Amino acid sequence: MPEVAHAADRRDAAWWVDRAVRILVLAGGLSAIVFIAGIFVFITREGAGFVFDRFDFREFFGSPRWTPTSSHNPTYGALALIAGTASVTGLAMVVSVPFSLGAAIYIGEFATGRVRETLKVLVELLAAIPSVVWGFIGLSIMNPLIIQVFNVPVGLNVLNAGVILGLMAAPIMTTIAEDALKAVPDTYREAAEAMGATRWQVTFKVVLPAARNGLVAATLLGVGRGFGETMAVLMASGHSINLPTSPFDSVRALTATIAAELGETAAGSDHYGALFTLGIFLFLVTFAINFAADVFVRGGQRKHRRRGRRPAASANP
Amino acid sequence: MFEATAQNRRNRKVEGLFRLLFLWMTCMLILPVALILGVLIVRGGPAISWEFLFTQPMNNMTAGGILPALVGTVWLVVVALIASVPVGVAAALYLSEYAPDNRLTRAINLAIINLAGVPSIVHALFGLGAFVIFFRFGTSVLAASLTLAVMTLPVVIVATRESLQTVPLAFREACWNMGATRWQTIRKIVLPNSISGILTGVILEVSRTSGETAPIMFTGAAFFLPFLPQGVLDQTMAMSLHLFVISTQVPDVPEHMPFGVALVLISMVLAMNGISIAFRVYLRGRKKW
Repeated sequence: MPEVAHAADRRDAAWWVDRAVRILVLAGGLSAIVFIAGIFVFITREGAGFVFDRFDFREFFGSPRWTPTSSHNPTYGALALIAGTASVTGLAMVVSVPFSLGAAIYIGEFATGRVRETLKVLVELLAAIPSVVWGFIGLSIMNPLIIQVFNVPVGLNVLNAGVILGLMAAPIMTTIAEDALKAVPDTYREAAEAMGATRWQVTFKVVLPAARNGLVAATLLGVGRGFGETMAVLMASGHSINLPTSPFDSVRALTATIAAELGETAAGSDHYGALFTLGIFLFLVTFAINFAADVFVRGGQRKHRRRGRRPAASANP
Repeated sequence: MFEATAQNRRNRKVEGLFRLLFLWMTCMLILPVALILGVLIVRGGPAISWEFLFTQPMNNMTAGGILPALVGTVWLVVVALIASVPVGVAAALYLSEYAPDNRLTRAINLAIINLAGVPSIVHALFGLGAFVIFFRFGTSVLAASLTLAVMTLPVVIVATRESLQTVPLAFREACWNMGATRWQTIRKIVLPNSISGILTGVILEVSRTSGETAPIMFTGAAFFLPFLPQGVLDQTMAMSLHLFVISTQVPDVPEHMPFGVALVLISMVLAMNGISIAFRVYLRGRKKW
């Protein structure tokens, strides 16, 4: 080392390595942004031809006629597909929001010790079942069950896909909702209990209102999950284009349409571009849902940090 | 003064009722799945044998085994891991050890949430547009694995970040006070104390990757290929897509076969998750601080 080097100058090998690593990990962090931007760029790149040449806003959102393979007059109305996705997701939410929130309340506020840990593990395992297996369950177990119980000719319908999707979305909603309940500071509960409130009074009057933002976020993420689910909906919904009027109608979802038709289209054709346009639409809607959920989660956290600050001594057990 | 009043008794009764209601709701989420697993085991169990696992499919996939699908899934998972674990760990290191609380960090976090939230079929479109067409990998193991890698990146990042954050700040401070650089601290103190947590994240990613279907449909997985992939530029069969194909696309498949495939797939996935959870519980018990 040259003698003139300043005593505090520590630019040795370790310093340079540290510098290099700092840049490397920053690149890793930035990659998430690069990928999400890349997804948008590449699906737009493939869909752009259709969007600019053929896309008709009123047809796309107003017409239920999706006949891209028609030889003389192909139409690209996505209304029936949107209705299919909406009906299945809607039913899934009706089924699973109450149960997920109930489960979150039980796990977070009532269960203790070993029971609580076991239930959390079970919920986590539910989330691990692959969507194609759920689809297969809809096809081979739910289908005959629905035909038998409701005496209908076809068991692949909104009801089937909705229940399957509800079971699929429940774990993520339960987990996020339980996190939201856990984020409510214990001082809130202690204050209410000191006033003589019972546990369910504490839960209903204090914890649930305080965790409202997080619960909304949990529901939103569940909606996002249902909206984007592909294989299960493809296999369990019946996959026929329909504006559903009852839970026993077969429908077709946006995601399922892409999965079923993309393999048969020629790259660059209108049909191909139309499927990518459905993809752009899906991307934008899920982006909006996730963004909204994030805003709610953040809002909830900030509120508790401001109002429910615990004494420093007990914050770090 | 401390006798139970009528009000107290009523409160306790209501509390008991609510407790039961919520317990019932929790069970309603778990029991159907337990039943379904039971059905899968009863109806798929008889299909499973060494022959089923380790022979080629025959007669247009209506007989024989699932060897190429099993091997293909292993290929896809391994290549996806090689691509995503280094990037995911780097991103988690940045977020946990370096990132200041600024706009960029919030943008990265939002991007991660969205990567996890974008529908799998949109990831498939991205893989097709980017890896298959733009980068000219063709429909191949490489393109499919990279698509899976992008999709499951958030799993590694979130698990790794959580694991890094369980290392107490005091450990780092002690190391910095000795004159160590940030990287030396990470290398000698933070990583050794969190490596097992990172491993559980990787196992979770394996589980997630092996079950995904939509992202590989158009990027590298084939309906039927009677041979094994020889390199990353070959197409391959995969367990998840094979289940879809033989349960919806192929006529006259004997009923026990798709049940067998579903059982094998779900066993793989649940075993991975089980290992990851057991590992986590064991670590929590062993933790010294």
